[in-house]
Amino acid sequence: MKTEKNIKEIRRMIARHKRWDLIFLVTGIFALMIAVLTFVALFAQMVIDGMPRLTWDFFISFPSRHPESAGILSAWVGTTLVMLVTAFSAVPLGIGAGIYLEEYAAKNIFTEIIEINVTNLAGVPSIIYGLLALGLFVYQLGFGQSILAAGLALALLILPIVIVATREAIRSIPVTIREGAYALGATKWQTVSDHILPYSSAGILTGVIIGLARAIGETAPIITIGALTFIAFLPPSPVKSEFPFISFEWLEAPFTVMPIQMFNWVSRPEEEFQFNAAAAGLILVVMTLTMNGLAIYLRYRMRKNIKW
Amino acid sequence: MQNQLIPNAETIQYKSEVKGLSFYYGEFHALNNIDMVLHDKQITALIGPSGCGKSTFLRCFNRMHDLYPGNQYEGDIILHPDDVNILSENVDPIEVRMRISMVFQKPNPFPKSIYENVAYGLRVRGVKQRAILDEKVETALSNAALWDEVKDRLHKLAFNLSGGQQQRLCIARALATDPEILLFDEPTSALDPIATASIEELIADLKSKVTILIVTHNMQQAARVSDYTAYMYLGELIEFNETDTIFIKPNNKQTEDYITGRFG
Repeated sequence: MKTEKNIKEIRRMIARHKRWDLIFLVTGIFALMIAVLTFVALFAQMVIDGMPRLTWDFFISFPSRHPESAGILSAWVGTTLVMLVTAFSAVPLGIGAGIYLEEYAAKNIFTEIIEINVTNLAGVPSIIYGLLALGLFVYQLGFGQSILAAGLALALLILPIVIVATREAIRSIPVTIREGAYALGATKWQTVSDHILPYSSAGILTGVIIGLARAIGETAPIITIGALTFIAFLPPSPVKSEFPFISFEWLEAPFTVMPIQMFNWVSRPEEEFQFNAAAAGLILVVMTLTMNGLAIYLRYRMRKNIKW
Repeated sequence: MQNQLIPNAETIQYKSEVKGLSFYYGEFHALNNIDMVLHDKQITALIGPSGCGKSTFLRCFNRMHDLYPGNQYEGDIILHPDDVNILSENVDPIEVRMRISMVFQKPNPFPKSIYENVAYGLRVRGVKQRAILDEKVETALSNAALWDEVKDRLHKLAFNLSGGQQQRLCIARALATDPEILLFDEPTSALDPIATASIEELIADLKSKVTILIVTHNMQQAARVSDYTAYMYLGELIEFNETDTIFIKPNNKQTEDYITGRFG
């Protein structure tokens, strides 16, 4: 039987317990604010320093000894071309590996070891990939310190991200959909190409873009394979005026990328170069945020027609 | 081997004969030595308490168990008129699924248009001509009593249909390929009573076109729609007979206890 005293005691106890809610709420907001404000402060500083340098000339000028005439032309072209190589090699390899592991591989100890290792690869420091690429692509396969070697190094780096995203996306398809396709007499490949791939494409694409957004800011592996820090010419154009109109010479060209250009400027003694670095950093952040935004938008668009 | 041109007069009324069927999920012995027949163009119902193996048995008919490792069949399921043993290792499970369609417990339309859902089985079989696809899709939807409701929105997403409509769409999808046997795995368990009634009516109508095997956890449903009923318990076939006999005068005490609700 609950007496009045008893109820009072219960109320006191609830008040005591609720105090912890309040304490955690305050701690949580504090922790969040530290994270958010730090980023906002950094970003604001970068905008203030870099904004005046963001002119059209900045985008179409090569680096220079004179900070006011230096630009990021070779850097953003290099980044774009390296990303192209990365995307074209990591996407088919990653999706193929993901489909194989999820749909085709026999479930045994061997595939389990592979699965654990793929997940672990995502945590390997990026400079290790740089060393691997230096030994394998630059020297062993003789690609030199080229766009091709850099693109492949970054492809290795994001391969685990693409594989894991592909597998997660495939796994989110209900087993009843899969069985429905098989029950109509579809083969494994028909099921994969008509159902599994289309229904998981939103998730796969998100993984690919997030992987590329990570690769675009990577510096360590690119430095390791020996990208130039000062480069005042563009790689050969991929489009030619005479037959066969497309050229792959640019794959073998030396290059630089945005983060390396930044790194180069930051290490200069003249203060004006710091503003150039801030401007380049601003563009790099905008590139990454745009890619992440695109990933969110595409996921929303493509998931709209699928409910399960 | 029987002469395929002059089928044995005794077996002609059977669409399929199950002989000594046992089934194992790895070590687990799920079905034990089942003998049964499916009468041609009749409805056979499988009833029994949960876990008795009725869905497992049904899924042997389209070799669904082949999708998962470690499963093993023993015995024969003979499909007439060509007397092929569909459980034989020499028979491709895909060939079996081309002949025997299935409707699942929960409606499972593909996230595609209504039209593409019904046409998918035909596309898998390599049908490409638009005219043939159009005609078969319309026939299948009409046979599934869905045509009038969806004919104006064939190219809209199948997810926008109600649960009952989705299940009829899945029936249309299974019918579009002219199967010899249609398997139903508790097709109304996820539906409301009105949708259930319309599906039951549909199943009864389909009898003239196709042999039907239906698993149901609902005894009244078996009594309403089926011609033959099999009562299963713990992986064994306890009794198989005409539905009226099973429900009015079962031969086996266990069947009677289940039918009368003494357990289950």
